[in-house]
Amino acid sequence: MGWAIALHGGAGDIPRSMPPERREPREAALHHCLQIGVDAIKAGRSPLDVVELVVRELEDNPHFNAGKGSVLTSNGTVEMEACIMDGNRKKCGAVSGISTVKNAISVARLVMEKTPHIYLGFDGAEAFAREQGMETVDSSHFITPENIERLKQAKTANRVQSNRTVGCVVVDGYGNLAAATSTGGLVNKMVGRIGDTPIIGAGTYANSLCAVSATGKGEAIIRATVARDVAALMEYKGLSLKDAATYVIEECTPERTAGLIAVSATGEVTMPFNTVGMFRACATEDGDSEVAIWHDEPCD
Amino acid sequence: MGGWAIAVHGGAGVDPNLPNERQEEAKQLLTRCLNLGISALRSSLSAIDVVELVVRELESDPLFNSGRGSALTEKGTVEMEASIMDGPGRRCGAVSGITTVKNPVSLARLVVEMVDNDFFITEDNIGMLKLAKEANSILFDYRIPTSGLESCAAVVEKPIQMNGLPISVYAPETVGCVVVDSQGRCAAATSTGGLMNKMVGRIGDSPLIGAGTYACDLCGVSCTGEGEAIIRGTLARDVAALMEYKELSLQEAVDYVIKRRLDDGKAGLIAVSSKGEVAYGFNSVGMFRGCATEDGFMEVGIWE
Repeated sequence: MGWAIALHGGAGDIPRSMPPERREPREAALHHCLQIGVDAIKAGRSPLDVVELVVRELEDNPHFNAGKGSVLTSNGTVEMEACIMDGNRKKCGAVSGISTVKNAISVARLVMEKTPHIYLGFDGAEAFAREQGMETVDSSHFITPENIERLKQAKTANRVQSNRTVGCVVVDGYGNLAAATSTGGLVNKMVGRIGDTPIIGAGTYANSLCAVSATGKGEAIIRATVARDVAALMEYKGLSLKDAATYVIEECTPERTAGLIAVSATGEVTMPFNTVGMFRACATEDGDSEVAIWHDEPCD
Repeated sequence: MGGWAIAVHGGAGVDPNLPNERQEEAKQLLTRCLNLGISALRSSLSAIDVVELVVRELESDPLFNSGRGSALTEKGTVEMEASIMDGPGRRCGAVSGITTVKNPVSLARLVVEMVDNDFFITEDNIGMLKLAKEANSILFDYRIPTSGLESCAAVVEKPIQMNGLPISVYAPETVGCVVVDSQGRCAAATSTGGLMNKMVGRIGDSPLIGAGTYACDLCGVSCTGEGEAIIRGTLARDVAALMEYKELSLQEAVDYVIKRRLDDGKAGLIAVSSKGEVAYGFNSVGMFRGCATEDGFMEVGIWE
């Protein structure tokens, strides 16, 4: 028992040859966000507040594919999506097609709390965010030179590419669980394309047993209903958090397509992935904590 | 066991005061769609072709809430959504926010096919697509039917409510079809105009894989009812997960999900298994449905 938190900055082909000037800021961001999350938990904030807070921090950081730093659509625009879920009553909120709101995860939270719906998209989501008085900026705020370059390369190669989604899962000392995920989506994606992140049961899920946030290749995650399946394996087959998560990553998704972070109601944490790497960090009440990128730096 | 099977639905949650003529019309439409599906199955069309064909028929008829006859948003506009899934390989496609395309389910099918297009060289295939601008829209053919309005005027003591609206106004009649063909391949498709008076941009369960629609090697499922409850309960996926992880039979899985995965929500679903079984379940007042199997069984119904 006890609290636990895990966060990720995306799974994928993260080359070990990544130069320090690229690796260090991302590692520092993971440390920083982990600390913010841990402090919030210790200050008694609810898991829902903590996951939102941590994901906002990751969205504001330009090094990850969410909020500022989101990858670009084939039109050179930004279309962000996010999802948040409260394990207690399985309340959830999701948005897609956000282009001017600074923190998509907060819009998702408002959809959950202020509307009778779960999921709002595009114009409807933007209009709702404005009505709620959320902070909006010009969409150029989100665009970084790195991503303009990525789009150019993807167009030259005539392909789309996945890049790093962010997410956070938390359990408090009482077993309350929450999960949140946010992303800019695929490099060079078609305008209007929606991925796994805002799909309850695919990229995000939380119930009274566990909270899960997935990252990787959107379609693989949707097909395998990754986040829901971790919980379903625990519920229907009696597997432990670790075994359920490992099973989903190893047996239900193809090689090099997915990773996830998950915590259980009893304070366990697991972060399996079948890609080259996954930017991740976790901490538990009994003092364990870890920040890692590749496989030889296990956290559980 | 074995052999083909098909089920269709026209929505869960039916106004008990629905005039008899409308009940008859609904049953005739369901029967017509079943027969369409049955001839397609006898001509050896694959499961995914059959579900698309049947749902197109349901969309084209203004009776239920999909395609023609879709419910309206709070602004009086139409935003349709649909999804389709092919059991073998679990290939899927979905669309939302459709305003001018005549058959959203066919657009969703195109999304599935695009997945194999060379344009997307990486494996990262598209599971869901929302077309914000239907620049190349297919023939627009939409008219708001007026025939549904007479039951709205009826004053009822304590009207049955779904999603906060009296049932006569709620228009829950999402449509769907699930099929297993004679090769044991399952497929599912769901299509809707969504919630009456919904916020612009609201996306429900129908285009969400795992919520309103799901198909895999074991079964095909299509749900209808209170969208938010279906999403939270990941209803369609759970039927399959129960068969896979808890080894329940199709009917047991359907019953479990309706009983235990809906909390306070009202919904229904239809399902087929790769073994040629068909099943349905609902906790709402009524569900428009029809089902048939290769050995001659056929049934169309509304109430319990």
